[in-house]
Amino acid sequence: MKVLILDPLKCTGCRACEYACSFEHTGTFNPLDSRIEVSNFLEDLSFVPTLCLQCEKAYCAEVCPTSALTKNDQTGVVDFDKEKCIGCKQCIIACPWGSVKLNHNGKEIIKCDNCNGEPACVKVCKAEALTFEEVEDVVLAKQKRTAVLLKEIGKDLVKGVSS
Amino acid sequence: MIKGGFKGKILRVNLTSGEIRVEDLKEDWAKKFIGGRGYGTKIIYDEVDPTIDPLSEKNKVIIATGPLGGTLAPSSGRTMVITKGPLTGTIACSNAGGHFGPALKHAGFDLVIIEGKAKEPVYLWIYKGITELRPAQDIWGKSTDESDKILREKTHPLAETMEIGPAGEKQSLLANVMFNGHRAAGRTGVGAVLGSKNFKGIAVRGNQEVKVAEPEEFREAVSKTREILSKDAFSGGGAAMLGTAMLVNVLNSIGAFPIKNSQDAYFPEAEKISGETLRERNLIRNEACAECPIGCGRVTVIKEGKYKGAQGGGPEYESVWSLGAMCGISDLDAVLMANYLCDKYGMDTISAGVTVACAMELYEKGYLPQEDAPFPLTFGSGEALVETIKLMGEQKEKLGKLLAQGSYRLAEYYKHPELSMSVKKQEFPAYDPRGVKGIGLQFATSNRGACHVRGYTIAAEVLSGAVDRLKYEGKAELVKTFQDLTAALDSTGICLFTTFGLGGGDIALLLSTATGFQVGEKEFMQIGERIWNLERLFNLKAGFSRKDDTLPPRILKEPIKSGPSKGEIEELDKMLADYYKVRGWDNDGVPGEGKLKELELMVD
Repeated sequence: MKVLILDPLKCTGCRACEYACSFEHTGTFNPLDSRIEVSNFLEDLSFVPTLCLQCEKAYCAEVCPTSALTKNDQTGVVDFDKEKCIGCKQCIIACPWGSVKLNHNGKEIIKCDNCNGEPACVKVCKAEALTFEEVEDVVLAKQKRTAVLLKEIGKDLVKGVSS
Repeated sequence: MIKGGFKGKILRVNLTSGEIRVEDLKEDWAKKFIGGRGYGTKIIYDEVDPTIDPLSEKNKVIIATGPLGGTLAPSSGRTMVITKGPLTGTIACSNAGGHFGPALKHAGFDLVIIEGKAKEPVYLWIYKGITELRPAQDIWGKSTDESDKILREKTHPLAETMEIGPAGEKQSLLANVMFNGHRAAGRTGVGAVLGSKNFKGIAVRGNQEVKVAEPEEFREAVSKTREILSKDAFSGGGAAMLGTAMLVNVLNSIGAFPIKNSQDAYFPEAEKISGETLRERNLIRNEACAECPIGCGRVTVIKEGKYKGAQGGGPEYESVWSLGAMCGISDLDAVLMANYLCDKYGMDTISAGVTVACAMELYEKGYLPQEDAPFPLTFGSGEALVETIKLMGEQKEKLGKLLAQGSYRLAEYYKHPELSMSVKKQEFPAYDPRGVKGIGLQFATSNRGACHVRGYTIAAEVLSGAVDRLKYEGKAELVKTFQDLTAALDSTGICLFTTFGLGGGDIALLLSTATGFQVGEKEFMQIGERIWNLERLFNLKAGFSRKDDTLPPRILKEPIKSGPSKGEIEELDKMLADYYKVRGWDNDGVPGEGKLKELELMVD
């Protein structure tokens, strides 16, 4: 299963992801219609993208009274069916991440759908702060990074023992 | 009816009466001048008498975006500030990156016209159809970064802001207009005009969409142009790795890197202030403007010494040079500190640095007497640089007030105007014309005084090496091409740096698919030529003529003393007459009737 990975340390704050997302879903450019949000911290010029994490235990889906939001076990995505939505906004309240939101007119619910497996945001992220990867690969890469670190620490430990 | 790109609305704010009006964008003007610099220049040309005092109530300031702002077009975050510039007295257009331009589009406007003069300091707040002037007494006097913070506190945490700092308020001729406290429309003193109007700035938050005329074709044009940019050495990686300061070693290696007020053009200590050193010592992370795949912006911190802990945006190549090499300084921490201070005061780093360099030469030669200098103004002293920038920014003491008027007026006061490295009273950027011939012609003929970004021939003369930098032949055509391309580009809302990869045809494609106008490369270049000629007409009416299209005597007469370009001078006369001819102007640099007819500039 592929997931969207965020790396805030690489984000340059260009917001191309927001524009690509808006354009993909509405055919126009409006950051308020973007499912992904980049927060700018101007005090130290740092930038952090946030978006739907497609939770396994999806509170948004659990509280949805019309099953407009459902967890798709096949794709891993929490699907949203606009036709079923009655606009009660319980999903917005339930989401711990602020990733279910209202669009620019303040009436329609929007959330990330991974663009059916080809996220538009990832395609325009030159800084590679956003990537779309197999979960297993992410885990392996992290394990490898940790192992490299431990290997270095190990060398120092050996030194300590031998001296 | 314009199908896309533009929002089609202009906001006119009269500070004298307090009246705010929404006007329609004129479609025929948009076709002839696009938006941004072109459309803004047309407004200034029609509405502002070129002979007025730029700091009088009669001057106007246009804050403009282009039709590509607020779309996914690469690097489309530019905001243009157009006015009659107080440093030069010429037409002035200064532009900045960041996110303000797109936000203005999302708020529903292509341009804002600021006119008249407020009785008390005010700022403008634009949000969801609200456009109101609000009191700014409590922000007046604050640095640009503080002003940005306060404006967002007073309006919306996600507002984008434009502000002047203390330099603009005190009408320093080096005052810029800042965006979010760290992106600068740096040149020509535009901030002083806003200061003279008691106008602190704008906070804007948008909620509207920006449409494009042909979505599928536009999507393809965006993919194509982003792809081209990713393959160019500078825009595809070099700029993100080293920032614009990567040019320090490039320009120094050919001996066209002016030092000590252009007394020479090779800096043995260049490595200490290079992009590579900046990355190693001070870089925290990269920052990119709206929709920009290039990402040249730097976020830096000073890690040790007396300025330890200070941090901010930049510095750019030009700033590293003006505050560094031009003052003979290789102390990178002092350069960074001076750069941060300039941003806080809202002062152009290029002109500020070159003015300090001029003061240092005046001091060392004994023309600036010791009693006027609160401390020794010696070349190479980082401490003197930082303290001089403070004097300039706060306009303290006699010297501070003189410095705030720029190098020409400073040098003139001390009876040696020839020591100001400027054209039309605006200071040089970081390229020595003696070592790169075409850029000298560009400095001399630029419509806003000495400037590299009106026609960046460095791309062809140095970076790609497509033409011989030391030859004079063909430079007139080269300069014209770069000037026209840039004038059109500055009117679309995208950044000049895209032209490292993109040609006029690529940008015309983005423009056409966004707006629905049918613009090919030829038409695009002609729009640029039209804008260039209109700017020239404004300047001629303001009293400028051939005699002002020149360079400081040092550049024309004193050979470079050392380095790879040793012995070179700039023989401007070998290019200037050619340039006028290529432009279709007469020997005095006046556009002929034929040229004006061809460009459809007669009927207006």
